[in-house]
Amino acid sequence: MKKNWWKILTVLLLVFTVAVGMLSDVPRLAILNETIRNLYFHVPMWFGMILILLVSVVYSIKYLRKPSIKNDIIAHEAAKVGILFGVLGIVTGMEWAKFTWGEYWSNDPKQNGAAIGLLIYFAYLVLRSSFAEQQQRARISAVYNIFAFAALIPLLFILPRLTDSLHPGNGGNPGFNAYDLDSSLRLVFYPAVLGWTLLGIWIVNVKSRFELLRQRLYENV
Amino acid sequence: MLFKEVIYLMQKDFLLEWRQKYAFNGMLLYVSSTVFVCYLSFGLRSNALQVPVWNALFWIIMLFTSVNAIAKSFMQENRGRLLYFYSIVSPQGIILAKILYNACLMLVLALICFVFYAFVLGNPVEDIPMFLLSILLGAIGFATSLTMISGIASKAANSSTLMAVLSFPVIVPMLLMLIKMSKNAMDGLERAASLDELLTLLAINMIVVTVSYILFPYLWRS
Repeated sequence: MKKNWWKILTVLLLVFTVAVGMLSDVPRLAILNETIRNLYFHVPMWFGMILILLVSVVYSIKYLRKPSIKNDIIAHEAAKVGILFGVLGIVTGMEWAKFTWGEYWSNDPKQNGAAIGLLIYFAYLVLRSSFAEQQQRARISAVYNIFAFAALIPLLFILPRLTDSLHPGNGGNPGFNAYDLDSSLRLVFYPAVLGWTLLGIWIVNVKSRFELLRQRLYENV
Repeated sequence: MLFKEVIYLMQKDFLLEWRQKYAFNGMLLYVSSTVFVCYLSFGLRSNALQVPVWNALFWIIMLFTSVNAIAKSFMQENRGRLLYFYSIVSPQGIILAKILYNACLMLVLALICFVFYAFVLGNPVEDIPMFLLSILLGAIGFATSLTMISGIASKAANSSTLMAVLSFPVIVPMLLMLIKMSKNAMDGLERAASLDELLTLLAINMIVVTVSYILFPYLWRS
């Protein structure tokens, strides 16, 4: 029970996010209207994705320093969960963009960056599946994971700042601080980020333990 | 020591290229036939292409040329020779030599491609030195990131498909910067306008070279 406190925290945070996020008062803004509630669901997906992909890269580095099946499995599962978060982020973002920008896909630098980031990790999965031997697969995909993440950083953090974007906070659009993203929004937003990220880590945890057990079973059969 | 290794390895690559010219000539033919196909399929006389289209087409041709040219860099080496290198030189020497060699190769190919492309499809570039600078940066950038990718892909079974799949997403940030910078050069904007892109490109190149330098030894071991 002592080790599981963070799982309880996750559940509480997410219940809080969904309940308060749907029911509480939000600032009335033109165009945005009620869709501002997407802040609690769309934006945390990106925070979660970046953090979980970071976990994946860290375990890839750990694998290169000290090769063990466990490190490889965690890196792989974290990459998959990162992709899941990325896809959810894109879907929620597109749905929201349809109502506010009028288009599912409006060639926004952040949208494109997200799509390319997902392509990189799909390529990672393809690369993994093209090796039969386990150690070689683990080492080479770890190398690609680190390399791709290094290439992803300019894509996600530098390019959007050089160009105009429809996203809040870019190209003259007011960001968080300009509006009254008052304490009522923040009160839900920060717990939402924490909750979704913890949920991702929980999924990675369960899946990698399951995968490890399966590997061990296959070895014994 | 490392420097000497790099020089020797590059010498060997150039010598090999000189003796069996098929690779370079093949790429030359690839570039010129692609440009010619573009010319025929647009079905136009000189100077009829709009500036953004001209620019995008040029960089797409460059992208495919470099993927094809650099994919060879590790696949053409046979097993025995790789084993021999493994026993006498350091992996850092190999990756640096390959990157430098590929950068030279790409630079020559890119210049020839530009001249031929401008000759066939017309040349709307206003600020030629700036455009050449973007070609230089592009050649070096493609060479650095694709060399590492080709090393990764050469370990796998279906390496030619994998090469394309792995390299495109990695190279896109670079490509976007290049297209914007060369567009500025084509419109003859003042050079300070491209400074942002130039610095970002240099930074991306630095990141990629450093990461390749650190990671290649792990790849080399298998």
